[in-house]
Amino acid sequence: MSVNDLFKQELKVINLGLKSFQNDLKSQGVTTVQVNWKPKAGGKKNMLNLLGRISKTKKL
Amino acid sequence: MLDIIETANKEALEIIQNGQPTLVGLGVAGEVIPGMAKDLFLHAGPPVTWEKMSGPLRGGVMGGLMYEGLASTPEEAAAYAASGKLRFDPCHHHDAVGPMAGIVTSKMPVWIVENKAYGNRAYCTLNEGLGKVLRMGAYGPEVIKHLQWMETVLYPVLKATIEIHGPIDLKTMIAQALQMGDEVHNRNKAATSLLIREIAPSILKTSFSNEEKIAVLEFLNSNDHTFLNLSMPAAKATLEPVGKVKHSTIVYTMARNGTEFGIRVAALGKRWFTAPAEIIDGLYFPGFTKEDANPDVGDSCITETLGIGGFSMATAPAIVQFVGGTPKDAVRYTTSMYEITTEESRAYKLPTMNFRGSPTGIDIRKVIETQVLPVINTGIASKEAGVGQVGAGIVHPPMACFEQALEAYVNLLEDEGLLEE
Repeated sequence: MSVNDLFKQELKVINLGLKSFQNDLKSQGVTTVQVNWKPKAGGKKNMLNLLGRISKTKKL
Repeated sequence: MLDIIETANKEALEIIQNGQPTLVGLGVAGEVIPGMAKDLFLHAGPPVTWEKMSGPLRGGVMGGLMYEGLASTPEEAAAYAASGKLRFDPCHHHDAVGPMAGIVTSKMPVWIVENKAYGNRAYCTLNEGLGKVLRMGAYGPEVIKHLQWMETVLYPVLKATIEIHGPIDLKTMIAQALQMGDEVHNRNKAATSLLIREIAPSILKTSFSNEEKIAVLEFLNSNDHTFLNLSMPAAKATLEPVGKVKHSTIVYTMARNGTEFGIRVAALGKRWFTAPAEIIDGLYFPGFTKEDANPDVGDSCITETLGIGGFSMATAPAIVQFVGGTPKDAVRYTTSMYEITTEESRAYKLPTMNFRGSPTGIDIRKVIETQVLPVINTGIASKEAGVGQVGAGIVHPPMACFEQALEAYVNLLEDEGLLEE
C-alpha cells in the first residue's frame, strides 16, 4: 500500500513518546493509543551505569 | 548456564512458591516472640526512635503503655516513652509483623503461623476492628478496654479453638479468598468468612460459656479485617527464608513506620534501605481530608511483597469503593506489577486475569529499569496521636529505597569479585 493510500483511510495511531502528539491527534478526532513508555531507568545515568555493571556477572 | 543473579533468584522464587504458611496456634507475645521483653515495644516498619516517631506510632506506644499498666494517663505514657526506660525495635527484627502502627507489647495475644516447608514461624497480634483502635494510633479508654477484652475473652477462646481444630492451611485459604473477591490486604471479607466457617464448630466445642462463645463469633463476624492479621504473618513466614539467599535481587520486606519506608533485599540480608514515607492518595472518611493524613505506615505491605494485596487488586474489584479508583484501575495495577516481578504464583490465581498467577518476586533491577513502583493499598491513619483511621487509598514506596539497594548490591558483587571486567 502506498503512503498516499494509507492517508486516504481512517487513521488509527499508536503514539510512542510525547503525549502532546497524541493530544493533537485526538483534537482532530483521530483514534489514538498512547504507549506507556519511559526510557530505561528513567534515563538516570547513575542507575543505567549500575544496571550495566551487573549485566555481566560470572557464570556458575 | 545461568549467571549468579539468575541462579540466586531462581532459588528465592522456589522458596516463595514452596512456602506453606499454616496457622498452628496462639500465644502471648512475651512468651512466644523471640527476644520479646516487658521493656520492649515492637513497631511497624524500619527502626525509628521516639523522637522521630509519627503520631500513629506515638499514639500506639502510649496506648500500649497504659494497656501494660506502665502508665495511667496519656501524659504519663508520653513521659515514660521519652524517658529511655522503654526499648523500641521493628516487628520484623523479631519474626513478627504489625498492621499500621504495629505496636506489640508483651501481654498481647498473637497468632502463630508456621511455614511448614521451611520450619520458620511468624507472629501477629489479633485484629482489633476498624475505627478508633491502637494500630491507628488511638489510645482512649475504649481502646484499652477492647484490648483487655481481646486478652481475657477473645484470646483464650481462640487458643482453645485452634487446639481443638488443629493447624489450618492458610495458603489454601488465601488462594480460595482470592477467587472470591478478596486481595487479603484491605479486603478480607471472604477470607474472614472462610476462617469463621472453618473454626465455628471448634469454638462451640470449647468449654467456655455460651455468652463468651457468642461474643467471640459476633466480634469475628463484625470485623472483616480479622483475616488481615493472618494474611500478614502468612506472607511474612513465606518470605522470611528468602532473606538468606545470597546474591538474590528479590525484595523480601517492604514496611513503613509512618516516618520512613524501608525495604530489605535478599542479597543484602537484614540491612534496611529507607526514604521518607509518602502521603497516600485515597478516599477520606466524612470530616477528614488529606491534611489530616499521616504518611504511609504499617507492615501490612508484606502482602504486596508476596504478590497479593495491591499486586492482586484485579481480583478484588469491589475494593475500589474503599481505596478509590475504578475496577479498570485495579486491573491496570495488577497488570503493571508483572513488569517488576519474576514469576507468577503457582498457588494464588486471579480469575479476572484469566487465572494468571499473582505477580510475585519483586526484583530491584526491574523496578529501576522500568521505573514502575510497587503498588500498595492501605489504610490512612490520622497524623495526630489518639484519633485513629481517617481513610484508605493507594500508595507507592519511594524510588530512593530501590536506588540505594541497587547501589549496595552492585558494591557487594564488586567486593566479592563476581563482576566480569
